[in-house]
Amino acid sequence: MTALLETRGLEVFYGDFQAVFGVDFEVAEGETVAIIGANGAGKSSFLKALAGLVKSRPDGILLDGRPVGGKPAYEIVKSGVALVPEGRRLFPSMSVADNLRMGENGRSGDRGWTYETVCDLFPILRERADQLAPTLSGGQQQMVAIGRALISNPRVLLCDEISLGLSPAAVKDVYAAITEIKKRGTTIVIVEQDLNAALGAADRIYCFLEGKVSLTGRADEFDRSQILAAYFGS
Amino acid sequence: MDYLNTIVQGVLLGGLYALYAAGLSLIFGVMRLINLAHGDLIVLAAFVLLAMVSALGLPLPVALLILLPFAFALGWGLQRFLLNRTLGDDILLPLLVTFGLQILIQNGLLVAFSADSRKLSLGALETQSVNLLGLSVGLVPLITFAVAVVVLGALSYIFYGTGLGRRLRATSDSTEVVQLMGVNPRVIFAIAMGISFVVLTIAAFFMGVRSNFDPSVGPARLLYAFEAVVIGGLGSLWGTLAGGIILGVAQAIGARINPEWQILAGHLVFLVFIIVRPRGLFPKQ
Repeated sequence: MTALLETRGLEVFYGDFQAVFGVDFEVAEGETVAIIGANGAGKSSFLKALAGLVKSRPDGILLDGRPVGGKPAYEIVKSGVALVPEGRRLFPSMSVADNLRMGENGRSGDRGWTYETVCDLFPILRERADQLAPTLSGGQQQMVAIGRALISNPRVLLCDEISLGLSPAAVKDVYAAITEIKKRGTTIVIVEQDLNAALGAADRIYCFLEGKVSLTGRADEFDRSQILAAYFGS
Repeated sequence: MDYLNTIVQGVLLGGLYALYAAGLSLIFGVMRLINLAHGDLIVLAAFVLLAMVSALGLPLPVALLILLPFAFALGWGLQRFLLNRTLGDDILLPLLVTFGLQILIQNGLLVAFSADSRKLSLGALETQSVNLLGLSVGLVPLITFAVAVVVLGALSYIFYGTGLGRRLRATSDSTEVVQLMGVNPRVIFAIAMGISFVVLTIAAFFMGVRSNFDPSVGPARLLYAFEAVVIGGLGSLWGTLAGGIILGVAQAIGARINPEWQILAGHLVFLVFIIVRPRGLFPKQ
């Protein structure tokens, strides 16, 4: 297996505080990997480092074998790594259509994702195109956040807590879309606290505990008790 | 009829104040930066126009057209190489830097042009008037107001009708998330400052034609701009026109009652607004 995106001993700091400790990670082209773990395990910090929002060593992150660590987020997205941030983070003063079109600024190639194909994936967004983004339901806002990242045509789509704060029905819709995106060949890294959602979507998992990897392997090779032990550290 | 005339003159004066305010509002709206040197930059641009006319013998409108692209470049460069370095969590630093810039410009102009009062001339156009609602209205104030509407309309189009405007609005919403869209907020800030310099140069043109100016009048222009922005609502483009008009009408009515009350009346209306409606008429949500 050749890694499309990998980290080697990645460390993440916020000032003097260290959130991630020497993490080795890899995801192959077309694969879906879930990073699970409790609150404060360092999952989101790890994803932010992959997306360039948090500084890291240049050789700590490799894309296609080339070092991309430490590059700013606006360059990372153009090299093909797009982040769906935790809490959606839509532009509140802008319409659904304008939010989606913002994704076009980060285009890294043509993998078939356009405003139209994103609206085909999420037809409700075409109906709500002129509405201000904050007026949508949580699930619809998450669709905008995913669509906005997809429009940059990423090779790797990073999804941070996409089920957070959503109803069970909305979580089902969002993960149905993730399955569809996966079918079209996009490599996906999901950070998730919802174990069922993560295990259902992922080929492999990484479990984080206190900023380190406590368990990794195929999603179907562990039983529930092994995963929970790695999750809570007991 | 006298009061109608007073109000019309006030509304037209509001056009000039809106031009002072538009650049300030744009910069505050996009990067939450209050440029304390804004008024002095208007005065600097007026002196540059004066120098172009007297040294090169250019007609004033031609000098303005030539200066506009250079003004954009200067604004872009100022933001790119100086102000971007001051932006961060501490809002005091950019404020202090623009305050320093203000002192630098005032003293530089004093050395270069002395403290003498100057004026830009549009020749016979300055004394021409047209009949409006039975009132004789000066052509230059009318043109000033029309230009203010065109400038605000153009800014509005840039903001809401173009891809650049989308990036400007998104950067205003979140400098972090916009980076995830492939946009470098520092480049956007530099473009916004360039646009602001273009607008303040147009304001300088009309300020210089309508009134005398010297190196010390910048802070008063900043004050009028700031009052118009606050009355109209921080970050709202069309709000600056409403704010400018309210300020202009208040000053005109004050002057009508007693010429010494002109400036005071404007400040009093501003005071009422910050007590009754501190977020202004059209606050940005």
